[in-house]
Amino acid sequence: MQVRVKLFAAAREIVGHGEVAIELKEGSTVGDLMEGIFGRYPALKEMAGALVFAVNRELAERSMDLQDGDEVGVIPPVSGGTDV
Amino acid sequence: MYEVTEKPLSLEGVVSAITRRTCGAVATFVGIVREFSRGRQISYLEYEAYPEMAIAKMRQIEGEIREKWEIEQIAIHHRVGRLGIGEASVVIAVAAAHRQPALEACTYAIERLKQIVPIWKKEVSPDGSYWVGMGS
Repeated sequence: MQVRVKLFAAAREIVGHGEVAIELKEGSTVGDLMEGIFGRYPALKEMAGALVFAVNRELAERSMDLQDGDEVGVIPPVSGGTDV
Repeated sequence: MYEVTEKPLSLEGVVSAITRRTCGAVATFVGIVREFSRGRQISYLEYEAYPEMAIAKMRQIEGEIREKWEIEQIAIHHRVGRLGIGEASVVIAVAAAHRQPALEACTYAIERLKQIVPIWKKEVSPDGSYWVGMGS
């Protein structure tokens, strides 16, 4: 199966793309996907502790099962608005 | 009434869009790009969003607000792309029958926006650029 991974901000700059397609075995979880992405982009692993993942635009635990066609967002710490 | 846009934001447009005859108060918040941040002079900011999820999270904030306060309408518009000093990055407006819920809900909306809405900013200064929130 294949999932679409969307990357933003610092994560997007490290990977060099805003979106990548990743092939996964059936039954893969968010955690499996993370390991696959970190294997492919080692620099991303350095910020692993700061990242959260969203599946189809909802925050997801590492144990969540992925389905073919899922959209997975890689979300660095957010900083919208202004520092006031 | 949610928007993530590259176009300049209009406070007046947002206020007039949400005001109804039943509203006695509209509370607003405008976030502005400031010249100095954490001791560094800022040249400009780059905002980036996950637009579809940002809109979904803005709706979630509205749901949370409606559980706590009696409001009529809320609008949140966030700008993305390159913003210069003095430009508005976010406009929030809350219309209600009375001032107290409007003011409190407006404060709540900007605090929650900064916690859960997937929007990021990069500070570009003469000595380099930094994504805010990453290890700072």
